Amino acid sequence: MGGRPLAQTLARAEGPQSVPALLHRNAKQFTDAPAYREKEYGIWQSWSWSQTRDEVEALALGLLEQGVNEGDFIAIIGRNRPYLYWAMVSAQMVGAVPVPLYQDANAEEMAYVMNHCGARFAIVGDQEQVDKIIEVQEGLPNFEQMIYLDPRGLRKYDHTALTQYANVQELGRQHREKHITELEARQAKLDYDSTGVMLYTSGTTGKPKGVVLSNRNIIETAKSSSDFDGLRQTDDILAYLPMAWVGDFIFSVGQAMWTGFCTNCPESADTMHVDLREIGPTYYFAPPRVFETQLTNVMIRMEDAGRFKKGLFDHFMAHARKVGPDLLDGKTVSFGDRLRYKLGDLCVYGPLKNTLGFSRVRVGYTAGEAIGPEIFDFYRSLGINLKQLYGQTEATVFITAQPDGEVRSDTVGVTCPGVELKIADNGEVFYRSPGVFVEYYKNAESTADTKNPEGWVATGDAGFIEEDTGHLRIIDRAKDVGQMANGSLFAPKYVENKLKFFPNVLEAVVFGNGRDACTAFINIDLTAVGNWAERNNIGYASYQELAGHPQVLATIQSHVEEVNASVAQDEMLSGCQIHRFVVLHKELDADDGELTRTRKVRRRIIEEKYAEVIAALYDGSAQVSTETEVTYEDGRKGSIKATLEVRDAKVMPVSQKMAAE
Amino acid sequence: MFDQVENYVTADGRTIGPVVMEMKNITLRFGGVEAIKDISFDIREGEIRAIIGPNGAGKSSMLNVISGFYVPQEGEVWYKGARRALMKPFQVAQQGIARTFQNIALFEGMSVLDNVMTGRLTHMKTGLFAQSLWKGKAEKEEIENREVAEKIIDFLEIQAIRKTPVARLPYGLKKRVELARALAAEPSLLLLDEPMAGMNVEEKEDMSRFILDVNDEFGTTIALIEHDMGVVMDLSDRVVVMDYGRRIGDGTPDEVRNNQEVIDAYLGVAHD
Repeated sequence: MGGRPLAQTLARAEGPQSVPALLHRNAKQFTDAPAYREKEYGIWQSWSWSQTRDEVEALALGLLEQGVNEGDFIAIIGRNRPYLYWAMVSAQMVGAVPVPLYQDANAEEMAYVMNHCGARFAIVGDQEQVDKIIEVQEGLPNFEQMIYLDPRGLRKYDHTALTQYANVQELGRQHREKHITELEARQAKLDYDSTGVMLYTSGTTGKPKGVVLSNRNIIETAKSSSDFDGLRQTDDILAYLPMAWVGDFIFSVGQAMWTGFCTNCPESADTMHVDLREIGPTYYFAPPRVFETQLTNVMIRMEDAGRFKKGLFDHFMAHARKVGPDLLDGKTVSFGDRLRYKLGDLCVYGPLKNTLGFSRVRVGYTAGEAIGPEIFDFYRSLGINLKQLYGQTEATVFITAQPDGEVRSDTVGVTCPGVELKIADNGEVFYRSPGVFVEYYKNAESTADTKNPEGWVATGDAGFIEEDTGHLRIIDRAKDVGQMANGSLFAPKYVENKLKFFPNVLEAVVFGNGRDACTAFINIDLTAVGNWAERNNIGYASYQELAGHPQVLATIQSHVEEVNASVAQDEMLSGCQIHRFVVLHKELDADDGELTRTRKVRRRIIEEKYAEVIAALYDGSAQVSTETEVTYEDGRKGSIKATLEVRDAKVMPVSQKMAAE
Repeated sequence: MFDQVENYVTADGRTIGPVVMEMKNITLRFGGVEAIKDISFDIREGEIRAIIGPNGAGKSSMLNVISGFYVPQEGEVWYKGARRALMKPFQVAQQGIARTFQNIALFEGMSVLDNVMTGRLTHMKTGLFAQSLWKGKAEKEEIENREVAEKIIDFLEIQAIRKTPVARLPYGLKKRVELARALAAEPSLLLLDEPMAGMNVEEKEDMSRFILDVNDEFGTTIALIEHDMGVVMDLSDRVVVMDYGRRIGDGTPDEVRNNQEVIDAYLGVAHD
């Protein structure tokens, strides 16, 4: 199991030593096999590996004509499109460093990153991104040229520092003779140690940091993770997660280049589910939230289905829950049960998987957050090989992953090939691997804080390794783990996750570090609660009104009490039971700075922003009036006023051991 | 005003061409009611021309005269240098005029794609028999026309509802589908009857952007009726203002905004 020594892995460093080199290899080896597809004008347009090489090369030559130097940074911003993936490889070809940014980042966030890396060029998707950069351009002294993909609406713009992507490629083709030697020379210089990409971490605290990943990081990780799951050249993935996220980079560029599988880009964000179904990926990744939403939608639709269909669904799903996961793990299942499962597959599981677009999934992953056991089991019982992995940008994704046959909802798996793991005295997880990042760009201090001279990297997560199975279990962010006033352990995320497993709860934030008791903010899930309201003839005009409805509050209270009962059983964490809670009047939102762009809770900001509500949670008052500033998508600000009801939840007696202390 | 043939350049740098349509002393009566009284104005190539006015001012009647649906009792309509004779609606469409309707006239049971495809009808030459066999020329023709329809679907960002029956769509999206169908005809003159009626602010902003983009991308001449003053002033190059069937103003948005008669009409000064 896991943990090939580092030296051995390094010794294997032969073959293509950079991403562009892999592209050339693929163009030769898989010439006419599809490399990228994108649905446009209602049809899947596709590019073979050799076409991809030609497109990437044309752009690279065009970039040389535009004057891109080695070591320049090129910001890449837009939705997942083959052209932008090519742009990343083109940038690498000319010796520049691609820096993908989140497409929904606002202008200031973009300005910070582009200033920090001193980007001279930007390759962007459409008018929206062009507008954002123009807005902040004055504050970017290094910035020179912008290249855009979709010309729509941009005709009237001043084109002195603005060029269309297709024109840059055309320019490259025209001046091929002039630049081809230079381009080849620059590519020849690329090796395992040259920078492959720089990715900014979303940053739960403070400003984003630029994580520098070398070709070694990218290729070694892609290689070992592809081996781990037996990825093939004929696999298909759907690229729909933000391009700025390390996972998308490794799946759609790293692993795609390494194994030569095909990356498919959806037509637009809205058509993702239809496109997923049409492509039927064989290798699929989604954060727990996506699986949760899909399950909620299935359940809502089954509630509205006819009695016969509902009966059929309930009957066979019960059977699937019983034997599905065992079948997937290859355990022995009786002949009768197998037969019934086959029948269920014919009537329910097959059609359902087809509707969800999962018919062909051979390897499915979820990560980023804890996934509810019911959700996890639901997909596995259908025969979808959904697994969990644990990783971070600094590790080039992979730290641990679950091997086939050892899949559970409460662990994150065993160490990936080449990764070493250790747990510090305070419970923090450390790792060392060929994927460990080079440095934080222009931030030696943070680099030293995170990575020690021997190459061990602190994850910032607290966890432990199960002795009998070797699986890693994560409890919480190490810095969020604290102590209650009576000295017992405080692990907010552990409790929040339990709350979030209820479909009605979208988000929860638990407070209590250094205090006598825990309290919580809760966000209701509008889809689930809204549907419940509809079925029960409860009228509401807004999110705020629904969130404050007495029956909704009563339901949430019962959820909180259930969680308390479950938390009370855990000796270490029984102090984390929720004594009082409020249901918030607005959804926590990344635009208001309350969540990160990857939708993780920013505790400190929430604590500041809702100080008066937190005060009310602890002073015993029955309600609290509050006014919250909100930011609309176009950047305008407004405020929401509300009076929130503070509720007390029943708390279970703390287990014997703790009380005795 | 402007010289008949000379091009001129607007404040935001677009070139407006020569006159394509001219209304000369139009009067339209329904029995004893005079809906339009002696109105003259022109529409130039490539511009966004708005007709505004309070309720009952005769805006929709005017648009129907432009589209050839109503025939005025007095006056002349000149289109592309020729006086327009009495025409059937399909002949108007063949001349390159397309329109949308105030109260949406889509085929509710058909998908968005099929609705947009109906906009291509004037561009299809093969007969019913060939189309039902779907062989040779008919197949090629459908593929070509589907491509045009898909480009418009992409342009108006309605890919996600391509296969959805129109009846299931919310109002704002239906309006967009109607615009798509009108655009599918690749018109040289596009008539929009209250494109923003009944929309919320966000939908209005979206629609405004699409109208500007259509004008910018395809160079389509657009004549639109609207009673939301704010939207019109931002969108149009020139505005005709009507009140009680009369023309009370004509000019650039700024000129119209400062016209005392227009202000009175909108603020409701008593008519004696």
